[in-house]
Amino acid sequence: MSGFLLEGKDLTKEFPAGGNKTVHAVSNVSLGLNEGETLGLVGESGCGKSTLGRMMIRALKPTSGEVFFRGRSLTAMSDREFAAVRRRFQMIFQDPYASLNPRMTVRSLIAEPLETHRICSGKKETTEKVLELMDAVGVPGDFLYRYPHQFSGGQRQRIGIARAIAQSPEVIVCDEPVSALDVSVRNQILNLLSDLRKTRGLTYLFISHDLSVVRHISDRVCVMFLGKICESGPTEEIWSSPAHPYTSFLLRAVPKADPKRRTDASALLTGEIPSPIDPPAGCRFHTRCPYAGKICAQEEPPLRTWGERTVACHFPLNR
Amino acid sequence: MIKKRAFPEKEKVFRPGDEQLPEPDGFRTVLRRLAGENKLAVVSAAVILLFVLAAVLAPVLTPYTEKDMDLRHRLSPPSPEHLFGTDEGGRDILTRMLFGSRVSLLIGVVPSLVSMLLGAALGIVSGYAGGKTDAVIMRLADLMLAFPSMLLAMVIMYTLGGGLMNIFLTLSLVNWAGVARVVRSETLRIIKTEYVEAARITGVAGIRIMLCHVLPNCIPTMLVLFTLNIPASILTESSLSFLGLGIQPPDASWGLMVNTGRQFLYSAPWLSLIPSAAIMAIVLAFNFLGDGLADVLDPYRKNQ
Repeated sequence: MSGFLLEGKDLTKEFPAGGNKTVHAVSNVSLGLNEGETLGLVGESGCGKSTLGRMMIRALKPTSGEVFFRGRSLTAMSDREFAAVRRRFQMIFQDPYASLNPRMTVRSLIAEPLETHRICSGKKETTEKVLELMDAVGVPGDFLYRYPHQFSGGQRQRIGIARAIAQSPEVIVCDEPVSALDVSVRNQILNLLSDLRKTRGLTYLFISHDLSVVRHISDRVCVMFLGKICESGPTEEIWSSPAHPYTSFLLRAVPKADPKRRTDASALLTGEIPSPIDPPAGCRFHTRCPYAGKICAQEEPPLRTWGERTVACHFPLNR
Repeated sequence: MIKKRAFPEKEKVFRPGDEQLPEPDGFRTVLRRLAGENKLAVVSAAVILLFVLAAVLAPVLTPYTEKDMDLRHRLSPPSPEHLFGTDEGGRDILTRMLFGSRVSLLIGVVPSLVSMLLGAALGIVSGYAGGKTDAVIMRLADLMLAFPSMLLAMVIMYTLGGGLMNIFLTLSLVNWAGVARVVRSETLRIIKTEYVEAARITGVAGIRIMLCHVLPNCIPTMLVLFTLNIPASILTESSLSFLGLGIQPPDASWGLMVNTGRQFLYSAPWLSLIPSAAIMAIVLAFNFLGDGLADVLDPYRKNQ
């Protein structure tokens, strides 16, 4: 029995793409979250991060594979059984403009999970709990009956966070929670998320394409490429010695302020991501990988594990 | 005694654990906001109220009844005795206008309201449920829309026979399909938004998502359709009456008066013009009021 709080096993999601084609959004991915940690999920846009995140909390049904929460299979549960554990999961969205109903007041937005899960009895108690939550995320209580459009992006994201923590969940999937925000507010929101994790014992699956953000907040990181996880391990180890060529290119592509330390353009990755409708055989990265050998185009690389790290590559670096 | 401060205390900051909790905007605040922001809407509301009052008080306001014929004074132009003149039967036009407004206002508002509510309910369910439910409701709507609405109204009226209730029923049946279609497409847009996904992840029941998330976001569209359906209903009724299927003379309705007045358009234009002006006034009033309501209900335009 694994020690994971939430674990996805061999998750696959395919979407029909018209005709006989299918989009292979996520292929045979396994992922585990330890209780109380923040697991960063990085990758280019369109690599299946959000799809994977949604499957982990049963917001999306996987084509195949299973998800376990405290050893119980979420995917095998009936809707009624899942309703009993649904309270444990929540999600924070990327766009704080689209994720709040423009016709609901802050009170009704935050009260919705409280009312759905019958956490408070009576209107007064609900209002008090809402005020408490607003206080916890730093939104002044006198904005109780304001509408979302009257707030800035950062404030709205705070309201979204208050809604997410209202039902006291255990796992929150954060789907790019700061990428739509100004840089100046970004850190405040990240710090708020870290604080809430400590005080409320939350576990985050933190999805982002922004490496500096992921490094800042995550204990462990999973790097995804085209529906597959290519590497995972503790954040600092991955940053100091990336084992998968894709990870190393990703880290090298981060813009640097100091011109002397800038990466030589020849050391950056060129070309486009292959289409998820027709992913390449063997290692999905081989079409762009400068280290690729013959075997990479033929055989899918097995997962190699050492210590806390896992890498899916025939020729891992730094080993 | 200390005099009350002239300006409202808005600066109070609420904290959890406070004895007094913030209060939501009451109905009065919303009304006051409507009055403050949109003078046109207030005037429109007053006009509608005036028409309604006139309809209710019709017998008190005029010495004649709508059926009194006076063949010696046929087609007489406006005069102190007959403010709006008389029609081809020598009946007082002002009196007929007042009594006719009872029928016309009801025919304008009731079927539009019924078809808006019915259409919105079916449209939201159809868009939200999808699959077979959607297919059944939409094919039904297609069926209604496939017939020319006038023909459909005639067939229903002919089968059911005349009378106010049957006119209500007919006009509601003719109009719901258009509303349902528009509301369904709105629903399809709304259920793809992230706030609906958030509600689903939270576990909010389907019926609540429809009532709290989809419906409030459909209301502006519904109001527009409602105000557009009012004149359409009044005019459809007049055509039905003209064909002998609606209100029959000597009873009065505005649509009927416009239609019978047409043959005297050159010799006695007031016969048609006066009820036409009334229809126009009431339609404009409902349109402006609808616009104003949509503004006030739209949180984007509030408090800015």
